[in-house]
Amino acid sequence: MTLSIDPQKTNNESLQPKGWLRYFSFSLDHKVIGIQYLVCGFLFYLIGGTLASAIRIELASPMSDFMPRDVYNQVLTLHGTIMIFLWIVPVVNGAFGNYLIPFYVGARDMAFPRLNAVAFWLIPPSGLMLVASYFVEGAAQAGWTAYPPLSITTPQSGQIIWILSVLLLGGSSIFGGINFIATIIKLRRPGLKLMQLPMYCWAMLGTSILVVLSTPVLAGTLILLSFDIIANTGFFNPVLGGNVVVYQHLFWFYSHPAVYIMVLPAFGLVSEILPVHARKPLFGYTTMVFSIMGIVVLGLVVWAHHMFTSGTPPWMRLFFTIATAFIAVPTGIKFFNWVATLWGGKISINSAMLFSCGFIINFVFGGITGVALAQVPFDIHVHDTYFVVAHFHYIVYGGTVFIIFSSIYHWFPKVTGKMLNEKLGILHFIITFIGFNLCFAPQHWLGLNGMPRRVAEYDPQFQFVNQISSLGALLMAISTIPFLINVFLSVRNGKDAGDNPWNALTPEWLTSSPPPVENWEGEAPLVEEPYGYGKQFSEQK
Amino acid sequence: MTTLDSSKEIQKNNSEVNEEHDDFRMFGLITFLIADGMTFAGFFAAYLTYKAVNPLPDGAIYELELPIPTLNTILLLVSSATFHKAGKALLKDKNSDSQKWLFFTAFLGIIFLICQLFEYFHLPFGLTDNLFASTFYALTGFHGLHVTLGTLMILIITWQSRINGGRITSQNMFPLEAVELYWHFVDGIWVILFIILYLL
Repeated sequence: MTLSIDPQKTNNESLQPKGWLRYFSFSLDHKVIGIQYLVCGFLFYLIGGTLASAIRIELASPMSDFMPRDVYNQVLTLHGTIMIFLWIVPVVNGAFGNYLIPFYVGARDMAFPRLNAVAFWLIPPSGLMLVASYFVEGAAQAGWTAYPPLSITTPQSGQIIWILSVLLLGGSSIFGGINFIATIIKLRRPGLKLMQLPMYCWAMLGTSILVVLSTPVLAGTLILLSFDIIANTGFFNPVLGGNVVVYQHLFWFYSHPAVYIMVLPAFGLVSEILPVHARKPLFGYTTMVFSIMGIVVLGLVVWAHHMFTSGTPPWMRLFFTIATAFIAVPTGIKFFNWVATLWGGKISINSAMLFSCGFIINFVFGGITGVALAQVPFDIHVHDTYFVVAHFHYIVYGGTVFIIFSSIYHWFPKVTGKMLNEKLGILHFIITFIGFNLCFAPQHWLGLNGMPRRVAEYDPQFQFVNQISSLGALLMAISTIPFLINVFLSVRNGKDAGDNPWNALTPEWLTSSPPPVENWEGEAPLVEEPYGYGKQFSEQK
Repeated sequence: MTTLDSSKEIQKNNSEVNEEHDDFRMFGLITFLIADGMTFAGFFAAYLTYKAVNPLPDGAIYELELPIPTLNTILLLVSSATFHKAGKALLKDKNSDSQKWLFFTAFLGIIFLICQLFEYFHLPFGLTDNLFASTFYALTGFHGLHVTLGTLMILIITWQSRINGGRITSQNMFPLEAVELYWHFVDGIWVILFIILYLL
């Protein structure tokens, strides 16, 4: 049966506002929605970053003198929730996914444009609600994990707003995931085979499978938790006969895959950026595809490695340690493939390339500490210490956020038709890279020596190392300034980019920059070799 | 921003390309139902874990009577069949037959909900009495919410498949097929729920 209603016809240009106003409208254009996701996510990144700076200012001294302890708890909860649910997940999935996937599959829009717009417009209200919850008798204080009984005993209104907000964001994420799966599987241009898709499509397919399978479990869990808070039931309340470990299992069934939801798209994006700037085909395309799918399958069965200190029985510890160690195999394959892609390439040192290389360095470090944390004896020693904080930020900031910046430098000419300033970009990279490592590398030492996470006060012997870390955080905050200046200057009067400044071969560059509303004047091109660099350029269309 | 001055040509190309795509709306719905099913899977997993590791305190009341839920199971299974009949009738352009079957399906759904409420009011335990009671009400309540939404959607498509001016015809079956798949899904969940909650 063929589709009787053409979804693209609903995207009639005459009905849509023009200019910058369309970014404030219920636009159905996937490119507009992608930019909406990115800008909205970046605004929340600035809020989350401010909160992170507040945390580091507080931790520069051993006593809680910058803010009261309960405010500190609220700040760290909001920091974690905003950064995960409002910055990384929406941007690395929603922003780049919406902008790039239709180009990559040769479509004119996503499979369900209206659902797509709904998914985006769920984000700003829930984000604002979350931030505003600070003013209603205090925001949630139980951390982004909201473990009961802590989340049941802390002030209730903030926690309930937190749950509502995360439920809406989870719904947005599920709608996005359904849309990506349908677009990649069903909306491919005729003649385009699955194994010819750019790697980011595979990464988004894997991510969306994880989103669809795991996010609903979090939603159900949070509904039960809200019953515990509002209706006085006892699902997770031991006093009423409940079981807190059940919450942890259900929560981590989502939240471990959530780490892959945050990092798999970054794997895909770096696989797009490296071949272009190294002028070489992506090394090991097939192994990349299989390792992404391997990570998806394994990522669903490793969640209890977050719970080695929750009275987990020995067989469970054994199983989850082994399963977690196995994830290092596909991840390692991907790492070596990226290095092999760079190997012997004609590398251009620009901001996009630098951030991607920064990603590879940081990510391998975070990956190694991850394998270490999977080992039960070691994990029990460092559980709930700053070692875990350092590991997590190496993956999510050093990994994903570096790739978000790399992607912004790479695709900015596509979106605006203007180049970003390279000098400011390299300055941005240097400050970010030094600041990031200065901030988080010392935290490994802090954790190994027993400094607990999520506590406003600490043993004075840790003060010096904490101050180094805070200095790094200051540099990271400063690093945003050259980036923002760069973006504002380049949007107004940057150098003209032309249609394809990087001479890239992936489909999004085979149209004008910025692209027309329907993506292509005429039929979508059939790109059989998105990474055919080093061959005769004229062979490619 | 490039304008669509050659919009006619693009539209032509556009529809040519699009005609080669299968109808992916059903695919999207199935993906959504998988996600919805995972919510139930989470609830079931929680319930079974509680059953295995959290013994109820002495004197806790958790007896369930079987007659009403058995009747409800039969009601839902019959309603799946009547919904199927409605689809068959619409395919043969017998809209009024289709409407009758749809209305009968919705009627069965409403009877199910009334029986469910009747059971709620006559159970010897309330929401917060013990862990079993809370899980029981959460599971059946979440399922009842699905039945309520399904019944409303059936009533809407009953109205929409009227002969004069209805949107749902044998040429545009998708809304009916979508609600039918959802309804079968809700029935299937009920069967699993009945086995796990009442029989185990």
